[in-house]
Amino acid sequence: MTTVTRRPEAETLPAGPRRRRRRGRPRNRLTIALFVLPALALFLLLVVAPILVAGYASAFRWNGFGGLPTDFIGFGNFTRLFASDIFYTDLGNLLLLIVATLVIQLPFALGIAMLLHQRIRGRALYRLVFFAPYVLSEVITGVLFSLILSPENGIANQLLGPLGLESEWLSHPDSALWSIFVVMTWKYFGFHMMIYLAGRQNIPNELIEAAKIDGAAGWKIFRYVTLPLLGPTIRISVFLSVIYTIQLFDLVWILTEGGPAHASETLAVTMFTLGFERAQVGYASAISVVMFGLSLVFALAYQRLVMRRDLEGATTAMGGKR
Amino acid sequence: MKRTCALIAAAVLVAGCGGGQTATTEPEEGGAPGKVTLEWWHLSTSDPLKTIYETRAKEYQAANPNITVKMTVLENEAYKAKLTTLTQSGKAPDVFATWGGGVLKQQVDAGLIKDISADVDLTNFTTASMAAYQFDGKTYALPTDIGMVGFWYNKKHFEKAGIAEPPTTWTGFLDAVKKLKAAGITPIALAGKEKWPGHYYWAYLAMRIAGLPALQQAGTDHDFTKPEFVQAGQQLKALVDLEPFQRGFLGAGYSTPDGQSASVANGKATMELMGQWAPTVQADSGEGLGEDLGFFPFPEVEGGKGAITEAFGGGGGMALGADAPKEALDFLKFLTSTENHTKAVESGAVLPVLKGVESAVKDENLKVVAESLASATGFQLYLDQAYPPAVGAEVNDSVAELFAGAKTPEQVAQDITEVAKSESE
Repeated sequence: MTTVTRRPEAETLPAGPRRRRRRGRPRNRLTIALFVLPALALFLLLVVAPILVAGYASAFRWNGFGGLPTDFIGFGNFTRLFASDIFYTDLGNLLLLIVATLVIQLPFALGIAMLLHQRIRGRALYRLVFFAPYVLSEVITGVLFSLILSPENGIANQLLGPLGLESEWLSHPDSALWSIFVVMTWKYFGFHMMIYLAGRQNIPNELIEAAKIDGAAGWKIFRYVTLPLLGPTIRISVFLSVIYTIQLFDLVWILTEGGPAHASETLAVTMFTLGFERAQVGYASAISVVMFGLSLVFALAYQRLVMRRDLEGATTAMGGKR
Repeated sequence: MKRTCALIAAAVLVAGCGGGQTATTEPEEGGAPGKVTLEWWHLSTSDPLKTIYETRAKEYQAANPNITVKMTVLENEAYKAKLTTLTQSGKAPDVFATWGGGVLKQQVDAGLIKDISADVDLTNFTTASMAAYQFDGKTYALPTDIGMVGFWYNKKHFEKAGIAEPPTTWTGFLDAVKKLKAAGITPIALAGKEKWPGHYYWAYLAMRIAGLPALQQAGTDHDFTKPEFVQAGQQLKALVDLEPFQRGFLGAGYSTPDGQSASVANGKATMELMGQWAPTVQADSGEGLGEDLGFFPFPEVEGGKGAITEAFGGGGGMALGADAPKEALDFLKFLTSTENHTKAVESGAVLPVLKGVESAVKDENLKVVAESLASATGFQLYLDQAYPPAVGAEVNDSVAELFAGAKTPEQVAQDITEVAKSESE
């Protein structure tokens, strides 16, 4: 979102002089270093160091007790992981959730955003109501929905029962993952709706009017004017969704603990159970390394291939080349 | 920014593992007694035990003004997670609740637990109650509670379904389940989401079919593929195939408002296989059955090597961290003194671990449990505590998948063996 709003002004800035100024005098550089140091130290300590330790631990059979691991097994944890069924269940679930998010959740959010951009009565209220779930914590959402979706006493079955749409929701292997997706959508579509709304408001009305004068209407305006101009916003929201899904833990843990029979398990849930229930910290670290790898590869590839256009303006303006 | 979050998430695991051995502050040696703070962790979040423990801490502080007892009280699962994180960082609370068995053994091996063999007098403790806390002839904790798992049932439902006596054989049990179903009653409530209640079924069947020695031997030779263990799974499958559980049991919790305990307590299901704390939790999570609640031991399996008099269960104890100040031992002795233990037993929250306290048990059902336990011809600790954490978790996990129809009895035996073997390497 920030990239989107910053881009137009960033492009108008002349790149040359800034670049020279950035090199700066030595005293300037010292000041910069002093200001960067605390943040850098925290970043190294809290972000880089744990990654390195996880990478290190993943090469050992280790129950996490007593100092540093000693039983070196090389890639043993990874071989074991790649041979385990649960890992592929996790990947399958991840893929399904990503596809469902991209095909159902985000278009839904986009649709609502376009509706709420119209002049309709009480649209501020609608925006507030749709955005509200995003403000709730994941744990509260989870507890709330485990009550709503309870097969025996839940309000969902009481409402849907008369329509013949009863379900065991979280309690059946076939429906557990989809139920989690429903909860995810309930919680996050409002957030994406807000992003889209903001993006839509940045599109000058003149363009829409021009299209109208050219004879375009309804769907055509949306398809050929609004949607392309929303591109950067959509690309960011897809990015956030995918990264979120790779790390998905809290909701699943509260709702199903990954069950029944691993049907709704995610990589993070597997990592947690291995590390904290089974005390196989080395093995769990291997999963965290894989998760990190997935996030990193996706983030880099996505930025390089998909978001390149959006980022170019911002980065050249700052005087650097990618 | 989000990417940073991704990195942090991936690294969360490690946050629990870093750091080395750090000693807690030792009290001043000699001279006037220095100020001492005792970290006490336990998991009695519901009354009467919650209040009893608070009172004990206050009494102890009143008698020893230089000591402050700092309590950390957490619910079961949260307690396990927090304790695991702490112990993996190389520390342990001064005094803390434990179930003993494989988990405690792992902590002992890591040098986190104080060996109290020389400091405590065990003559008064019952043998069954001590079993979980002794390794290689050394004692690492004192028990505060001991009990066993059995079927808690609704007498009214049995009457309605025409079941005269609680079943004593597995065939009789399956018949009772069929009769209850025919009478339109849900025979059994089960918390499928939490897994540990399900493992009781497999463990008891293994005990009854393969026998206690076989189960204990499997703990050392890591072989769970013997035909008897597969048969245990097959008998369990025979039960699951009758569809005796409440709707949505695979996603049900234990003490949640619509969980296993509440289902029995509110008369929606007839039976649950649960430990000595079941009546307390039922009264807490639902209406409670009062007079209608009954208890019977897990039935015998015809042709099996085990006897109905062999009990499966466990209790609770308190262990001391390796770096705990010497006052911690004194506090532990205070907690487990005959006087204080009797008070806890009288409240109905725990069962006696000390000889001669049996008469303090007031509740009729708990008396049955205490008597069955006292006359038990053999005792097996919960499998998820007796074995190392990874093996225990695999038992829970595999059995849960058997309940869900995702694993065959053979696969269950195979998968437990695989984990047990790889853990022992």
